[in-house]
Amino acid sequence: METLVFGLLNGVSYGLLLFMLSSGLTLIFSMMGVLNFAHASFYMLGAYFAFTISGSSSFWIALFLAPVLVGLIGAAVERYGLRRVHPNGHVAELLFTFGLAYLIEEVVKIVYGKTSVDYRVPDLLNFAAFEVYGASFPAYRLFVIVIAIAMLIGLWYLLKKTRAGLIIQAALSHPHMVGHLGHNVPLIFMTVFGIGCALAGLAGVMAGNIFVTDPAMAIQMGPIVFVVVVVGGIGSLEGAFVASLVIGLLQNLAVGINASFADIFGFIGLSELSEVGRINISSLAPVLPFLLLVLILIFRPQGLMGEKEL
Amino acid sequence: MTLRKTAILAAATSALAMSAANADTIKMAFIDPLSGPFGPSGEAAYTSYLLAAEHINANGGINGDMIEVTGYDNKVNPKESLLQFQKAIDDGARYIMQGNGSSVAAALIDAVDKHNKRNPGDEVLFFNYAAVTPAFTNELCSFWHFRFDAHADMKMAAITDWIKTQDDIKSVYLIGQDYVFGQAVASAAEGQLSEKRPDIEIVGNELHPLGKVKDFTPYIQKIISSGADAVITGNWGADMQLLTKAAAENGSDVPYLTFYGGSKGAVSSLGDQAVGMLHQVSEGVTNLEANEEQYALIEEYKERFPDYDYYYHRVWNVMDMFKKAAEEAGSADPIPVAKALEGMTIEHAYGTATMRASDHQIQQPLFVSVVSDDVKYGVDNIDLGWKLVDNGTIAMDVAEQPTTCEMERPG
Repeated sequence: METLVFGLLNGVSYGLLLFMLSSGLTLIFSMMGVLNFAHASFYMLGAYFAFTISGSSSFWIALFLAPVLVGLIGAAVERYGLRRVHPNGHVAELLFTFGLAYLIEEVVKIVYGKTSVDYRVPDLLNFAAFEVYGASFPAYRLFVIVIAIAMLIGLWYLLKKTRAGLIIQAALSHPHMVGHLGHNVPLIFMTVFGIGCALAGLAGVMAGNIFVTDPAMAIQMGPIVFVVVVVGGIGSLEGAFVASLVIGLLQNLAVGINASFADIFGFIGLSELSEVGRINISSLAPVLPFLLLVLILIFRPQGLMGEKEL
Repeated sequence: MTLRKTAILAAATSALAMSAANADTIKMAFIDPLSGPFGPSGEAAYTSYLLAAEHINANGGINGDMIEVTGYDNKVNPKESLLQFQKAIDDGARYIMQGNGSSVAAALIDAVDKHNKRNPGDEVLFFNYAAVTPAFTNELCSFWHFRFDAHADMKMAAITDWIKTQDDIKSVYLIGQDYVFGQAVASAAEGQLSEKRPDIEIVGNELHPLGKVKDFTPYIQKIISSGADAVITGNWGADMQLLTKAAAENGSDVPYLTFYGGSKGAVSSLGDQAVGMLHQVSEGVTNLEANEEQYALIEEYKERFPDYDYYYHRVWNVMDMFKKAAEEAGSADPIPVAKALEGMTIEHAYGTATMRASDHQIQQPLFVSVVSDDVKYGVDNIDLGWKLVDNGTIAMDVAEQPTTCEMERPG
């Protein structure tokens, strides 16, 4: 029971962070048809900017300023980089974002050093929110959940209920038609790219102090984000939301399970002493998202809620 | 002057310069992580070596030769370490120092053995200052390898001796990194606890991926729900710091008995909660009684490298023993130095240390200390620091463990 409650709480907070990160990626994909390999790098930039800003002023200023800065950088990347590369096709775009990811990582190493920086949870939120079964749940994680849900509602409202959202949706599926109607489609693309990056930056601000802010954080987060986007169905925000929560819960619940393969498959004669029987479910936790990715691609290539196949 | 003459002259002068440089410098290669999650662990040791070498050089060097320590970043990756090892040898290093990661140490021991077999006359010695898998001075022992840190069984003996005196500890949780070292720690804990305190129940034995876990919350919650009275861990570097960070956030307040609670950031991420809770076993504690010279050294280190604390006392033991051996041998060549190191004894700030000849494992007193707010020297730039626990000194002969080493010695 304890395991289940802990797993649910942590899984939801981690899953919502993943959604913050992957929503931007899936928006950008449905718009440009390109997987932005540098997406997790914007997440890293968010964390580093928040570290710098909260060091010289306060975390609350960083919470607003860092995502805005990251969004502006993202917009500039689209305007002066991707837009020029675009006529050369998708492969060129893919390679461009691939190179960009390395570039950002190296710049971060030069500016902030090769080891992690001491980016901390603000004192105001550094207390135990409540206690379950003797373990306390940090208030900051509760704050992460609140911010993520607020972002989710904000994004949903923007896309589904406002005029700007309608134009964006139209531009995603029928850019030429929207252009002929007199809207500035390149500007829309730049804005969406900027917003996507800003969301990644926001995730960085929130996650950098829960996890570790170091130059490797982008490379470590990158694969998981792709898994979320593919499992959810490329281009589908709802799918990304469901997939984030599924992966967050899956990973956190698996760590809490003490059983080994032998305990589960003992009835077919798998022995505790064999190589396979000794594997613990908890040690499998890091692999599970990728297992899910492979299974989804085999059995449901369009993802949980996606419309088009890869 | 013709072109040919110039070329000959240039070649001659550069050869002269090179031989002069060789006569005056003893090149030592520090192969350890200088970036990534374990970067701070490597950096803290590297800076210790730099300062120790600087002091030796300022006092006239070794037999008049100067020491030059160069850092090679191996990213705690055995493959990368072998590349860096080759680079170090090409740069003229005859001594290598490594400590972070037994997986790396195993690869280096093997590489050094092979290199020395293939290049007689150009041997290399490996000073291991922190990779503590017991096998390196038992079944895998090598003449070319010297270990200056107590190995996992010795440290675990210190921890289990302390547990023996704590009657209120009835159950223990083991958590460690999933590689050769973490496995060695877990099996040492299981074996020694069943011998010294058979009544203690091991309620968890968890291995997590090395340097990959960014959030230890699920692990800590497992520890809390297991109801363990104490936690034993060999975690180091970021894995130690993040473990204590999650322990603080989730309110896990049982004693943590660690090998490397002194890893940068571990104390400060726990904050006041660390007092009386976080324990470590080490060969030196800055807040032990020591002479003025040692206090001056601790303060100089802090002043020079404010990001770190004087922690790697054993690095000074490495350099002191090396200096003494090279002076006794009258040469800085690896084979005479290795022979002089065997059985060598030095007095250091916190006791006596002897390099056991049979397996090249250092023997020294160990200290169990705990975080306290009443100390002379704090760590992590806060007021908390390490203080010896009651009866925390483990004498050299008590810490000593038998060895199965059968060493092949060069003729």
